[in-house]
Amino acid sequence: MKQTQQQPVIDLRGATASLGARPVLRGVDLTVHAGEVVALLGANGSGKSTAVRSVIGQVPLSGGTLSLFGTEFRRFRDWARVGYVPQRTTASSGVPATVREVVMAGRLARTKLGIVRKADRAAVHRALALVGMADRAGDSVNALSGGQHQRVLIARALAGEPELLIMDEPMAGVDLASQEVLAGALRAQVAAGTTVLLVLHELGPLEPLIDRAVVLREGCVVHDGPPPEAVGQHALPGHDHVHPHADAAAEPIRTGLLS
Amino acid sequence: MEILNYAFMQRALLAALIVGVTAPAIGIYLVQRRQALMGDGIGHVALTGVGLGFLLNTSPVWVATAVAVLGSVVMELIRWYGKTRGDLALAMLFYGGMAGGVMLMSLSDAGSNANLGTYLFGSITTVSPQDMTTICVLAALVLLITVGLRRQLFAVCQDEEFARVTGLPVRLLNLLIAVTAAVTVTVAMRVVGLLLVSALMVIPVAAAQQISRSFAMTFAVAIGIGVAVTLTGTATSYYVDVPSGATIVLLAIGLFVIFTALAAPLAKKRAKAAAGASEGCTLEVPGSRTLTDDVSV
Repeated sequence: MKQTQQQPVIDLRGATASLGARPVLRGVDLTVHAGEVVALLGANGSGKSTAVRSVIGQVPLSGGTLSLFGTEFRRFRDWARVGYVPQRTTASSGVPATVREVVMAGRLARTKLGIVRKADRAAVHRALALVGMADRAGDSVNALSGGQHQRVLIARALAGEPELLIMDEPMAGVDLASQEVLAGALRAQVAAGTTVLLVLHELGPLEPLIDRAVVLREGCVVHDGPPPEAVGQHALPGHDHVHPHADAAAEPIRTGLLS
Repeated sequence: MEILNYAFMQRALLAALIVGVTAPAIGIYLVQRRQALMGDGIGHVALTGVGLGFLLNTSPVWVATAVAVLGSVVMELIRWYGKTRGDLALAMLFYGGMAGGVMLMSLSDAGSNANLGTYLFGSITTVSPQDMTTICVLAALVLLITVGLRRQLFAVCQDEEFARVTGLPVRLLNLLIAVTAAVTVTVAMRVVGLLLVSALMVIPVAAAQQISRSFAMTFAVAIGIGVAVTLTGTATSYYVDVPSGATIVLLAIGLFVIFTALAAPLAKKRAKAAAGASEGCTLEVPGSRTLTDDVSV
């Protein structure tokens, strides 16, 4: 951890970005140190997805600086160290593919010229076992449920044995059983020292794993610290924090999570 | 087999075999990327190359290859940059290519309407020894790319964004797919014709995926179907005197229909097997008999 203090895994400073004419990030600072699990929270349209997508270079920054593993983003080539789970789109495409074939795509960065060795097959199997999908390796991804689909996408990211795992809403639309499997898989990764940055709509079953939460609202960081507590009735969706509080200073952090 | 006694038929069958392998080999990536019609567009553009070849009195195959490659690169660039008007730009390119080809051909001395027909719809028995050399060289290139880089191309076509984050040179690979498709179009041009090229890239893949669960299996079966229909179609066109291109494409569609019919019960069986244990939503009534109970009278 000593070395990490000097060199954050992700160092995003003053990031601005816009989609079309609309500014989505308006000066976001986001630092993630090795071994940390950081959740990026915020309401829909707060820019949290754009923020992670800018970290992996999928949204160009119009301003600010970004470095990964201490390397300026422009010079960063070491993508094998990064595992990415996109917001669930499709693991299925125009042609059938098995679970194993999809997960193997996540191992490519660790192979030389795409030549698959025994160790690569083993890594794919381990990743599938970690998300409880080893027995479905030969099945077509088209035959999977939403939750199983998401597990495959996470296994794909894990197959490369990344040091940094970036996940965009990994729990969205995932059934309870799969959520628990995913939380378990993530716990194992964190225990092994993997750094994690994840976008979440709500903390949910991952809450105990999270070291720090960064809350975005309208493209600005409004909270960076311990995960905001949302318990009991406050956690209900659609609940708005408009209680008359005795002490104004005790006003809870407005996360935008529930608005 | 008297069919093999003629040099022109030997060439025709070899060309058919090559096209049967290469067209589905690149076609599978286009289908995976949901760009099944890209081959069709390249075919249109390649016609300008054929016309240009006639006008310049050089080999139409090479000029068509050059123009098709250029056209495919432009298409790929339109895909990157033209977000909203992309489809209109592509339409412009396709019809411009077609019209340009017809115009150039009419301007040249050698290019008659009959000649135009052989490029549009294929004329496998007129494949010359020089054409053969070109076809072999280009086909080897196509196979080298589609088989050698299959894992990279699979990753790019499956999930472009993810592929970029794994550090793959996605733009380069996309360009490679476009260029390879263009080369395949000109390889297949003499066999099935520019207007039917795309059929051979897409239909064998569509048929194969009816019965397969994996990409590797789809790839192999699609090539098998491709070879089967091109060889059968060419032989048929020799015996019955029908156009080879149309015969091949109709055979492919026939196979697609058969595979689809075969796949329906297969898929049902698989779905049942997959559902397996979780399917049992029957209420258990104590004392009731189940199907597995031994009942003797």
